[in-house]
Parts: sequence; C-alpha cells; structure tokens
Amino acid sequence: MININSLELSYGTDEFRLSIPQLKIESTEKVAIIGPSGSGKTTLLKLISGIIQPQRGRVEIGEVAINELSDPQCRDYRVSNIGYIFQDFELLDYLNVQDNILHPFRITQSLKIDNQVRDRVKSLAEEMGIADKLKRLTNNLSQGEKQRTAICRAMITAPKLILADEATGNLDPSNKTKILDALFRSTDKNKATLIAVTHDHELLDRFDRVIDFKQFCDGESV
Amino acid sequence: MMDSFYLAWRYIVFNRIKTITLVLCISLVSFLPFALKILLNESEHQLMSRAITTPLLVGAKGNSLDLVMNSLYFSKEKPDFISMKAIEKVMDSYLAVPIPLYTRFHAREYPIVGTTLDYFEFRKHKVAEGRSFAMLGESLIGADVAARLNLKVGGSILSSPENLFDLAGVYPLKMKVVGILQKTNSVDDKAVFVDLKTTWVIQGLGHGHQDVKKIADESDVLSRSDKLVTTSTKIKQYTEINVDNLGSFHFHGDPSIYPLTAIIAVPNDKKSATILSGRYLSEQKNQQIVRPKKVIEDLLGNIFQIKEFIDAVVLIVAIAMVLAIFLVFSLSFRLRQKEISTILHLGCSRSTVVQLIGAEILIIAVFSGMLCFSSLLVLQYFQGEIVHQLFIS
Repeated sequence: MININSLELSYGTDEFRLSIPQLKIESTEKVAIIGPSGSGKTTLLKLISGIIQPQRGRVEIGEVAINELSDPQCRDYRVSNIGYIFQDFELLDYLNVQDNILHPFRITQSLKIDNQVRDRVKSLAEEMGIADKLKRLTNNLSQGEKQRTAICRAMITAPKLILADEATGNLDPSNKTKILDALFRSTDKNKATLIAVTHDHELLDRFDRVIDFKQFCDGESV
Repeated sequence: MMDSFYLAWRYIVFNRIKTITLVLCISLVSFLPFALKILLNESEHQLMSRAITTPLLVGAKGNSLDLVMNSLYFSKEKPDFISMKAIEKVMDSYLAVPIPLYTRFHAREYPIVGTTLDYFEFRKHKVAEGRSFAMLGESLIGADVAARLNLKVGGSILSSPENLFDLAGVYPLKMKVVGILQKTNSVDDKAVFVDLKTTWVIQGLGHGHQDVKKIADESDVLSRSDKLVTTSTKIKQYTEINVDNLGSFHFHGDPSIYPLTAIIAVPNDKKSATILSGRYLSEQKNQQIVRPKKVIEDLLGNIFQIKEFIDAVVLIVAIAMVLAIFLVFSLSFRLRQKEISTILHLGCSRSTVVQLIGAEILIIAVFSGMLCFSSLLVLQYFQGEIVHQLFIS
C-alpha cells in the first residue's frame, strides 16, 4: 500500500506548488492520474519513486518511508522494487532491445544477470510481442515497439509498484489499447500496483480508480 | 565492473566514427614525440657509427658536409672533384694510407663506388659469394643490391646514364657481377663497388673499340698514316668489358688528373693524423681534410636543435589536442545528459555513472595506446630505411 501524508513541494517562488494532504493507494490497485499539464502528475511519480524529495510530508511504500532513505538506499530500493515507464521511453539508442531490457541489471551491483533473468527477458518480450526484435537497435523500432521495450525494462525486476508516465501518450489508438492490455497483463501477473499518469480519457474506464489532480490544488485528501 | 565495460563498449561501437576520430587523434599526438625520438636516435646511430670509423677525408674545398655525406653514405650531393695527384700527396707524406673514392655514377638507384680493394679491408667487409673485382668492368655488389635486383654471381648490372637527353653522353656500361658482399647493415649493402678505372670508363675517359688496324670495311677509315688512323663514327664501341675485348680498352689523357670525389686517409697514428691535418690547413688551397666525426657531430647538433623546436611544437599541439579531447568528452556528456539522468532515475548510483564514463575513456585510451604502439613497432622496423631516405640520401 502507498500512503502519502501532508506532502508539500514547491519550485522557485510559487511558480509550482504541490500539496497532497493524504493519498492512499492499495496494493494491486490500478490508478489513473489525470489533470492539466503542469499540475504535478509527473512530479508525484518522481516523489513516490524517490527521484525527488518533498520539502514536507511522508511517502510510504508498504513499510518503507522512501523519502527518509539515504540516496544510495533509495536508488537500491527503486531499482529493485519500482518499475518506471518514462514519458518518452528513454531507451538507449546504442543498446539493442535485449540490452535495454536488461539495463537495470547492468547498472546496479545488487542485481545480477543469470539464466533465470535471461529467460524472464524472453518471456516478457514474448508477452509484449517483441520477441523477434530482441537483437535490434531501438532506432529501428516503431513507437509501439519502443513503448513495449520500455515496459519490459520496467517489469524485468518483477517490481511490486509500476509508475507509468504517459505510457500511451505517443501511440495511435489501436496501439494504446494493445499497450495498456500488455501493461495490465503484466501488472496482474506480478500482483503489482500500477499508477499511470494519462491524458487518454477514453482509457480511464479500465482503471480501478481515477485521481484528478485538480483536487490537490484545493488541498483535498483522497 | 564488467557490465560497465560492456555498456561502454556498446556505446563506443555505436558511435564508431567519433571513437575512431578520437583514437586517431590521441594516437597521433602520442606517436609523434616517440617517433621523432626513434628516428633521431637511429639517425644519430647510423651517421655516427660510420663517421667514427672513418678517421680523415680528403676532398675538394667546399661544403664539408657534402663531402662527408657523399663519401661515407654515397648521398646524391656531389662535392667538387679532386685529381689522382691528391693520392700521391697523401702517399708521399707517409702519414696515412689513402683509399680513393669516386662516387659519381649510379646503377639504377644504387651508387657505383669506384675504389680499391683497400676499401674492403678498411671497412672489414667480407665477400659472401664469388670474389672481389680484379679486372676492368667487374663489380662487387652489396647484399641488398643482390637481394633487391635478384642478382647472382655471373650476372650483370648496367650503369645508368647521367642525363637521358644528352645524346653525346657516355653509353651505359654493362658490368659483370663477380662477387656479393656479406650483409654489413650499412650503406655498403646498397652500393655497387668497382675498380676506379671502371668508373673512368663509365665517364668516357677510357674506352674500348674495334681495332682500327684490323678494320675489314675500308669505307670506315677516313684517313690512314703510319702513326694515325682516323675512322668514321661507324666504328664499333664496346659497352661491355670481357676477356676478348679487354685489350682494346685504353685511356686518353694524363691519368694523374683523372677525377676522384674523395680520399679516405687512414693515418698511422693520432700524431700522423694531426700532422696531416695541419699540412692541409697550411698548404692546400684547393683541397680540404675533414674529420667526419666532427662534421657529423655538427650536423647532429643542428638536428637536435631542430628536434627541440619540434618537441615544443608537438607539446603545444598535444596541449591543444588534450583540450580538444576534453571539449569533445564534455560536449558528449552534455549531449548524454538525458541518458545519464535516465539511468540515475532507474536507480544507478553516481559512482556507477563515473565507472561507465571511466570505462569509455579507458577503452579509447587502450585502443589509442595499441595503435600508437603498433605504429611505433612498424616505424622501428623501417627506421633504417626511413632515416636513410630522410637524412642520408
């Protein structure tokens, strides 16, 4: 369960201010976050993942208060427990699909690549329909294939929390549905929690809950 | 650690043009000072080793460096000629043994050195195959000449005309190869040695032709008296000296004024060398005597002064290159800022980012080092040839 209490964050001199009195998200829940641009949706994902720290308040994931961890502990926690899907994929163009999926393992000492991990890459790629593209450089992939690769990278550590920032934003309608299906399948399989920032209102019905960020402008609790 | 190298390697392979450019730049900057040092050391070795073993050189007054380079290394610079009388002067002094040299002509690109058999004894050269030259038109060739022209004892080599457009010039002389010298690792390996008289034949001072008293076709004889026979130009001139026509070869003019390029004077002792040098200083207006060691030391002094200048230039270029490489890396990291922030967001530690960048720099440095080292090995293999081409020929 994710529990956010009395969270406050501001940039500059009141240019941006995020205030969340309380936000609870249950395990295995699939939550969509909507709201106007610049309202702090991506910032929330970064706060939950510990990429940025709030000025006040507490972010708990299960028993762990992520904003109270040291920087190395936070990074370690993030790479092992949180799958982050970036808005514009952020795949490395000099690595092929397989190496991009395995990337979290190559940049952390705590994760080791073994045969089990390699098998997991294959099964994830098959699930996402990119098994035949594993040896291709990401430059040669379509937008949909890139997004599937980014999802595989987020899922490779079998995280219990998946944060998706506009995971379907750059896709055509048919691909949006397919990607969301794949993401949901994978989340269900891992019994993970999914928090997805989206602007695609036609997909909102498929989530368990929708949080509109406008309410945080008024300092409401959810 | 291995993962850092793997990722760095993938990045380097993907950006191969940038990597190759960087590797070439770093290799070149590292290669230049070492290459210069290797070439200068080799040139010092090559120039000095021969100069040290040649005590004194007598030649025409003029550029002493040209005299030394021509006499010791058979370079293309031709000093003014001295005459055979100079030999007598050295002999008559009883202070040194003279070894004449006449190095005006070439056979293909190899110098023809007219000398006496004393030269081989003086240089301690041994004949590997065949024998030394004994008669007019015979040659003893250096080991490299034999190898490169695929010449064996019994073969022949043709002297090259000095000027292709001089129709009245001397004809090329076909010289018989009677011996091949043992490899000496000196310029003697690339020379064709003949008797002095053979070089004079090449020059046209001596020649052989049909016996004018036995001309069958009287139309070739323009006039005939008891003492003088005048013939037309149709008379047969020999371009090869063999046992059958050797007798017909003869020289015109006064042999004591026949040309030489230099005389190696081997003094009896140090005192003799000093006395002989003194005599040339005080008595000889048209000739000079030089100590090759001193001349080469002066030359090397100049070369090393130039080296210091080149070193300074290389240093400046190296500093500029290091700054440029630093700029390339910092621009590259700026361009990769998004990638670095992505891997940090994924959970990578800052030390791993440093490790990744370090691995990239290390791989580039290793490749540059390997390229530089292998280039230096190649240079070392050809250093003798390069130094000969650059500083000697």
